[in-house]
Amino acid sequence: MKKILLLVLSIALVFLVGCNKDSKEETVTLNVFNWGDYIGEETIAKFEEETGIKVNYEMFDSNEAMYTKLKSGAVDYDVLIPSDYMIEKLISEDMLLELDMNNIDNFKYVDDTFKGLAYDPDNKYSVAYMWGTLGILYNTEMVTEPVDSWNILWDEKYADSIIMKDSVRDSFVPALKLMGESINTMDEGKWEEALKMLQAQKAIVQGYAADEVRDKMIGEEAALSIMYSGEALLTMEENENLAYVVPKEGSNMWFDAMCIPKTAKNKAAAEQFINFMTRPDIAFENADYIGYSTPITEAKKMLDPEIQNDPAAYPSADILEQCEVFIDLGQKMTDFTLEKWNELKAY
Amino acid sequence: MLRKWLATPYILWAIIFTIIPLAMILIYGVTIDDGGIRFSLENIMKAFDPIYFKALLRSIYYALISTIICLIIAYPLALILTEKRNAKVTVIFIFVLPMWMNFLLRTYAWLTILETNNGFLNTVLRFLHLPTIQIIGTPNAIILGMVYNFLPFMILPIYNVLSKIDPYVLEAAFDLGASKLTRFVKVILPLSIPGVISGITMVFMPAITTFVIPKLLGSGKINLIGNLIEQQFVQSYNWYFGASLSLVLMVIILISMGILNRVDPSREGGAL
Repeated sequence: MKKILLLVLSIALVFLVGCNKDSKEETVTLNVFNWGDYIGEETIAKFEEETGIKVNYEMFDSNEAMYTKLKSGAVDYDVLIPSDYMIEKLISEDMLLELDMNNIDNFKYVDDTFKGLAYDPDNKYSVAYMWGTLGILYNTEMVTEPVDSWNILWDEKYADSIIMKDSVRDSFVPALKLMGESINTMDEGKWEEALKMLQAQKAIVQGYAADEVRDKMIGEEAALSIMYSGEALLTMEENENLAYVVPKEGSNMWFDAMCIPKTAKNKAAAEQFINFMTRPDIAFENADYIGYSTPITEAKKMLDPEIQNDPAAYPSADILEQCEVFIDLGQKMTDFTLEKWNELKAY
Repeated sequence: MLRKWLATPYILWAIIFTIIPLAMILIYGVTIDDGGIRFSLENIMKAFDPIYFKALLRSIYYALISTIICLIIAYPLALILTEKRNAKVTVIFIFVLPMWMNFLLRTYAWLTILETNNGFLNTVLRFLHLPTIQIIGTPNAIILGMVYNFLPFMILPIYNVLSKIDPYVLEAAFDLGASKLTRFVKVILPLSIPGVISGITMVFMPAITTFVIPKLLGSGKINLIGNLIEQQFVQSYNWYFGASLSLVLMVIILISMGILNRVDPSREGGAL
């Protein structure tokens, strides 16, 4: 038994040491780090064929996991596709390279609405990949009245049928928006006020869920839940009674965008990749496969008209005007909001 | 000489995976980062804030209840199993088999069973025209999850100790005129204490630190200390405060184990 254990341990050690060796290859290899199931099925193969660059594609399941892995330095990533607030964090920590837009010619196809966003005001570091909103996913059989306001999440008729998100910033959006406040407010008093609203709401909330909310909505365990549009579109495919709406008070608008970390070994190839992904026909393929909303106008036009006109995927300009992107609040304020969150959960 | 050499992998293992991480938690726990990293007990004090301390007390309370329920279920079961022939096979099959499955998966399965509207249990109850139950999102669901997941850790050590009791000792008790009850109280129970102690530690510790069970079965409505620690690392990147909370939790576990060791000074139970 000991011998076997020893053998296993030594193999593990050899493996650990072996992993550090750099493999010398002739062709350029691009390390791309993206969300799971977040690219067209043949997109990478097409890119490899067109450019002769080999893509080493890796996936993450949360921005935080991406951040931790990037920091650990285990792999020198060339292209990352994280969300807005994470990009802002990476910029503030000086972990991203400035993009040379001369190499990303297709940037011109990105809709003007999605340029110069709060997390990267001068478009120096990132090119939008997909976008969406935070809204209410509801069951039309269980909720017969029209849903257009966050107010419905406080309606006692739906006691024990409302699911909030197990995330501070997301769950505070309805309260702050109902107060007419910015979701990025730095005013501690406003957060206190929003907390009072959420504490009052807690009695009728079924739970604060993460990914399992999708199963609960599909299984009709709840009537209303707050959810991100991309996730909502996928969930709606599984149950035809579900509908998604962005409340009139406005909401959060999110982006996943492509950027190049300082660890990149092949900046030119990385820019080539970003340029490729922004090309209308490729962006269309991606949006069509993933089902999320594309920021490339030309690509949107190629989509099924039913999707193009679906307010869940592409809300009206009026509503988008009310929406804000999350801004990193800084460590002190983040800790404060988390404290409020814990107060909410402390009973 | 050979023996010494054979020990090195284990020592290396202990250093890399136990001592260094513990030292890091200690260092992070007693420092803060306000521009520069410096020594401070501020975060340790903060761990005793009502918000966090209440979650800690709640964790201890739930873990205690789960441990007691596990003990109540496990002891008679272990007794029955020791008296049955082929019991070993049964034990392995009934209690170890589910453990081959992933812990998270088992907890998800409970979620599907217990869901209020269309969960398996309530569907069956409704079919039989019986009243349905609403348990998801309540403390009861959390305790149920803990008991289910950690019960094998209570049964196995108790069963082990009971099955090793020398049958001659039991015969001697009979020969000397002890009734079944006396034999149990005066002989079996005292001899099984080490197994009980190790069962208690092996259930109490994972129960007090779990964060998946309250998240799934408690619908995220109730924070336990494990959730708060996870949150500090994952949501706010405040490793310093996260480490402080872990440190406080570890001290509490150490104290409770110290108390337990007084009950079982010989530490025949084997665990820790």
